[in-house]
Amino acid sequence: MELVDQLQPAMLRVARMYVSTTAIAEEVVQDAWLGVLRGLHRFEGRSSLRTWIFRILTNIAKTRGQREGRSLPFASLAGGDLDAPAVDPGRFDSPEGSSRGRWSTLPDDWAGIPEDQLLGHETLDVIGRVIASLPPMQAEVIRLRDALGWTSEEVRNALDLTETNQRVLLHRARAKVRSALERYLSSEAT
Amino acid sequence: MGRDLTCKELVELITGYLDGTLPARHRRRFEAHIATCDRCTAYLAQMEMTIRVTGTLTEEQVTDEQRSVLLAAFRDWKTT
Repeated sequence: MELVDQLQPAMLRVARMYVSTTAIAEEVVQDAWLGVLRGLHRFEGRSSLRTWIFRILTNIAKTRGQREGRSLPFASLAGGDLDAPAVDPGRFDSPEGSSRGRWSTLPDDWAGIPEDQLLGHETLDVIGRVIASLPPMQAEVIRLRDALGWTSEEVRNALDLTETNQRVLLHRARAKVRSALERYLSSEAT
Repeated sequence: MGRDLTCKELVELITGYLDGTLPARHRRRFEAHIATCDRCTAYLAQMEMTIRVTGTLTEEQVTDEQRSVLLAAFRDWKTT
């Protein structure tokens, strides 16, 4: 069943955020699919099917995590760096003078980089590694939004996030991917 | 309409801008700034490119990234 194959990896990752082991996460995903089959006649099409499936999954995973005594504060999934600046403050002019807060130098133009380098496996490895190093909720938001093309509404509903939290998590994640790409592409250019 | 945005402030509004969720007042200031700032225009282009390149990752690549971290470590180890 194609839908199962499509959603299974992300479902496992999301379940794993809330429970302590991969084995329990697998059980949670199985329970979620059972819940989907049992409840399918109640699905009203108000949200997308995948959002609805993830809602069921998230509920089961959270309940299971609580039963394990593993109630995680939001910050431990979201990361403690949500307020950090998107760009190193040293890249902007210092507080004195009229150019306060202005870029000190022009950010590189990536338009001239050949497609096969920009989309090559090394570049994708760089991105994959950054995403793997993000706090779990930041990683999942950027995977679903940017790698898998979900809408912000779908991600918000699937992961049970507020609009603001969804945006801040994505903002942080993209900022880190961009600066890693910047480091990588400028080291390639020299 | 308040004072002009600085570049440093603008970069923090980009995600809301791209999602179309910036309140109209902020969107106007964002657009007014970017219309005359080549540096923020370049940054916005980098961010759009970042999103585009991330969009070429497949589910397998995002799932297998742990494996690719290992492979990368292995490659580094072989060449040193």
